[in-house]
Formats: sequence, C-alpha cells, structure tokens
Amino acid sequence: MQTIIEIKNLRKIYKDNKVALDDVNLNIFKGEIIALLGPNGAGKTTLISNICGISSITSGDIKVKGFDVVENYREARKCIGIVPQELSFEPFEKVINTVNFSRQLFGKKPNEKYIENLLKKLSLWEKKDQIIRSLSGGMKRRVLIAKALSHEPDVLFLDEPTAGVDVELRKDMWNTIKNLQNSGVTIILTTHYIEEAELMANRIAVINNGKILLIDKKDNLIDRMSKKTLIIHTNSKINKIDKALGKFKLRISKDKKNLEYDYSPNKKKTGITTLLNEIKKTGIELIDVQTKQSNLEQIFVEILKND
Amino acid sequence: MINFRSIKAIYIFEMSRTFRTLIQSLISPILSTVLYFIVFGTAIGNNINFTNEIPYGAFIVPGLVILTISMQSVNNASFGIFFPKFLGTTYEILSAPISYVEIVIGYVGASATKSFCLGLLILITSTFFVDLNIKFPILMLCMLLLSCVSFSLLGFIIGIVSDNFEQINFVPMIIITPLVFLGGSFYTIDVLPDFWQTITLLNPIFYLVSGFRYSFFGTGEVNILISIFSISLFILLCIIIIWRIFKTGYKIKT
Ligand SMILES: Nc1ncnc2c1ncn2[C@@H]1O[C@H](COP(=O)(O)OP(=O)(O)OP(=O)(O)O)[C@@H](O)[C@H]1O
Ligand SMILES: [Mg+2]
Repeated sequence: MQTIIEIKNLRKIYKDNKVALDDVNLNIFKGEIIALLGPNGAGKTTLISNICGISSITSGDIKVKGFDVVENYREARKCIGIVPQELSFEPFEKVINTVNFSRQLFGKKPNEKYIENLLKKLSLWEKKDQIIRSLSGGMKRRVLIAKALSHEPDVLFLDEPTAGVDVELRKDMWNTIKNLQNSGVTIILTTHYIEEAELMANRIAVINNGKILLIDKKDNLIDRMSKKTLIIHTNSKINKIDKALGKFKLRISKDKKNLEYDYSPNKKKTGITTLLNEIKKTGIELIDVQTKQSNLEQIFVEILKND
Repeated sequence: MINFRSIKAIYIFEMSRTFRTLIQSLISPILSTVLYFIVFGTAIGNNINFTNEIPYGAFIVPGLVILTISMQSVNNASFGIFFPKFLGTTYEILSAPISYVEIVIGYVGASATKSFCLGLLILITSTFFVDLNIKFPILMLCMLLLSCVSFSLLGFIIGIVSDNFEQINFVPMIIITPLVFLGGSFYTIDVLPDFWQTITLLNPIFYLVSGFRYSFFGTGEVNILISIFSISLFILLCIIIIWRIFKTGYKIKT
C-alpha cells in the first residue's frame, strides 16, 4: 500500500499551553477511508488543521505525497481539500461563484466541465445560481465539499461531515463519500459516531487527549468486537483451574464462583461443547451459563478508560 | 514563482464584493466631499486666503482627497480581511497553496484599487466646484496610488489584529481622522502657534498632504522628496509589521 500522508512525532501545543497533539505518528494510505474517532476535544480538528496549514505545527513532520507541509507547502497543499467542521461560507455569494473561486485560489485553470460534473454529482447543479445563505444546512455542507473538491485534490479531509444532519441526509452523505472513494480520492473523516466509522472506514484510529490510542483495520476491530464471553456459574468456590481444563484459557471471576471463556462465534468450532464436557468430567456442578458480547462501543469505552 | 491565478482569485473576489454594494460605497464618500466643498470651499472659503495664488476652494482639494481615501482604504482593507475571519472562511485561504505575499497583494491590491478609483471620482467631482489645474499629473497619480497602498496596508493590519467590529472602527475614527484634520488638510501650518506647528511636524499625514498638494500646485510646505520619503517609510513599516504577523501567525493561525 502506498503512503500518501506521513505524520511523524507531531506535537501541537496551543498558546495557552494546552497540549492538543502529543507525539502523533500516523501513515495514511492512498485510496483508503480512514476515520478519526474520538470524544470532544480529543484533537481531531487540530490534527487536520496541522496537516492543512490552518494551525501551526509545534514540532514534528508532516509529508503529503512526499512534500513537507511547511517547506514545500505549495506542492503539499495542492493535493489537499478540506471541509471544515463548522459551516463557514460567504453568505451572499452564489454557489457556482464560490466553487469557481476555490478552484482558482488553488491555482487551477478554470474548467467548466469538471465543475459542472462535480456539482451534478453532489446534486447542486440546479442550485448553482442560488446564494449560499438560501440553501438548507445539508446543501451548505455539500457546497463546502464542492469547494474542497474543486481543484481535484487527491486527499479530502471531512471534519464531522454528518454532524447535525438527519438520518436520511446522513445516509446520502455516506453514499457521496463512498462514491468519492471509488473515484480515487483518499478520505480522512472525523466522527463521534462509532457506527459511522464502522460503516464508512477501511481503517479506524481512536484518538483521545491528543494521542492515537489505537489504529487498525476495521475488520480486525470488528473481529475483536465480535468476541463473546461464556460465563459459567458454578455452586462452589473455584480457587484453581483444574489441569484438565488448562487448554481452554479460562478465567476465574472475582467472586470465584464463575468461570469465563472467550470465543469467536464466527468460527466453525467455538469449543463450547468440548469445554462443557470437560467441566462435567471434573465434577464441577453448573448452575447457569450465560454469554456476553462486547462491541466497538465497549472497546472504545474500555480504551478511553485505560488511557 | 508567483501564483498569479490565486492572487487574481482573491482580487476579483474582493472587487466583486464591492460591485454588489457599488452605490453605497460611492455615494457616501462623494456626498460628503460635495458637502465639504459647499461649506468650506464656497460658503466660508471666499473669506479665507492662505496663499495668494490659490483660491481656498482649490487649496482644500488635495486634503479632501486624502481625507476620503485614507478612510476608505482603511475601511476596505480592514473589512476585506476581517470578514473572512468573522465568517470563518480563512481556513480556505490558509490551506491554499499561496504565500503570504500573494495573500497581501490580493487583498491590499483590491482595496487600493477601490480607493484609487474613488480618489479619481472625487477629483472629477471637485471640478464642478473649482477650477483645477494639476501641475504634475503623473506625480499626482503616483502620490495618490502610494497613499491608497499605504492606508490599505494599514487597514489590512487593523483587520487582522481586530477581534470585533468596534475595534475595526476605532482606529480610523480615533487616530486617522484627527491626524488628517490636523495634518494641514484645510490650512497651512504657518497659521498655527509655534507649539502646534512643532506637533504637526510629527504627524505623518502632514507630509502626505503637503506632497500631494505639491503635485497640484507646485508648492508645498515641505520638500516633495521628504514627502515621498516619509510615505515610503510608512509603507515599509506596514510591510514589516505584516511580515511579522504572518511569520508568527499572530491572530491568523491558531
Ligand atoms: N485555538 C485554540 N486555542 C487553544 N486551545 C485549543 C484551540 N483549539 C482547540 N484547542 C484545544 O485543543 C484540544 C483539541 O481540540 P480539537 O478541536 O482538536 O478537538 P476535536 O477532537 O476536534 O473535538 P470535537 O470533537 O469537539 O470537534 C481541546 O482541548 C481544545 O480545547
Ligand atoms: Mg473538531
């Protein structure tokens, strides 16, 4: 996989000595959708701002397509489009003008055909002569996306693209983002919603207090997530696990009354039948069995708690 | 390598904002100029004579032009850069592949263009009231341009440093207007008591008005070279401040 953005030892300390990013290392691959998942104030926007030149870097290096974002800012920034978290626009400007402006600002020759296609793809073409203020919130965000894509960037940053957007529009936005990926754009999006990260992203980075706590392929995370635990209640105190049960990697619960067994329900053999047979042989008496599933939400909460 | 396309984008964007409100942006400065002419030039002016050759009505033309374009340049440039800050659209400028110099050329250029045109309009308006024979037209245009650029640079600084609309209006009202009025726009300083004459020599706008007046009538209170030198000094000072602002990201980058 080809790396398109390379972040090394990035630190950001704001003027009030707030450490917003603390030694962030991250590689973003060409063509992927990566979701930055984290609570309010985690540092997601700061990370994006540092890459795009909106906020100054305290220390560390960022390269976009091999170009340093400080030393070779022109080349680096040409490859980037950004949609900010807050809806910011010139209220009285027409949609088409503001999109054309963005393209020129990024030093690109006018290209009516490209802009027309872009606006059509985002369902904005009919509204191209309206002033932005007169559009609905969801449409305004699309205008910002159109502006960000107007100069044909390779990388698109979407800072909370679905914040404050209703269910219908959110699905619409997800589709739009998927389509963009199919057209070859690398996408970095931030979100609070686990389901959004789960649905959209190829990889998920969990970020909190300015640190990346975890980054993995979504599928791996889901594998982890789909682990189940079998809880076996017994009527006697268990102090030691019988040798015969050694291969099952059992845990003893805190009150010493239960045995806990982790398994993946997706696998053909979960090992439950054998385990229960072996337990029977040891003579432990069972009262009840119960299963527990952890999901990404719990993993997330767990990670944040341990941080 | 200069990115002309980006400069042009900012420049045209800024100019088109003016065209949306063209009538307002022209009527008020021209109307106030006309009022000045009626009151000072015609009503009172007939009884005043500072210089034997020049009628008072003509004498105040350079000062009036400076008065208007200084206010307009500062306003144009400060709002030009303050609005994006206020609306949050600076993110786009900052993330674009353009240098600070190009940003400044775009914004200051647009602002200076607007006030330069306005200055010419005021000159044309004044010919309805007085006979104007401009002695050094090229010099006059250069001085006008330099003034527009210098006050636009100042306005750009004010727009960046300001946090709200009140602060933007504060500097022009509290500093620039008094300096223009006391800088010999409506009188020659030899009518002032010695003490105030000395004070006036510290007023940068005095040199500007004097130099500008020289280009009209061939006489000024100070040598034209001193005037040009002091304007250039002022422009240089503004450029250094802007350079520092961008270098440190003060009030622009977080
Ligand atoms: N301009 C600033 N000056 C000082 N501190 C800031 C500034 N911007 C952000 N911060 C602080 O830096 C930390 C990270 O903020 P950031 O906006 O990056 O979080 P975020 O992950 O985007 O949060 P959210 O999900 O709410 O958008 C926060 O503690 C925030 O208060
Ligand atoms: Mg944010």
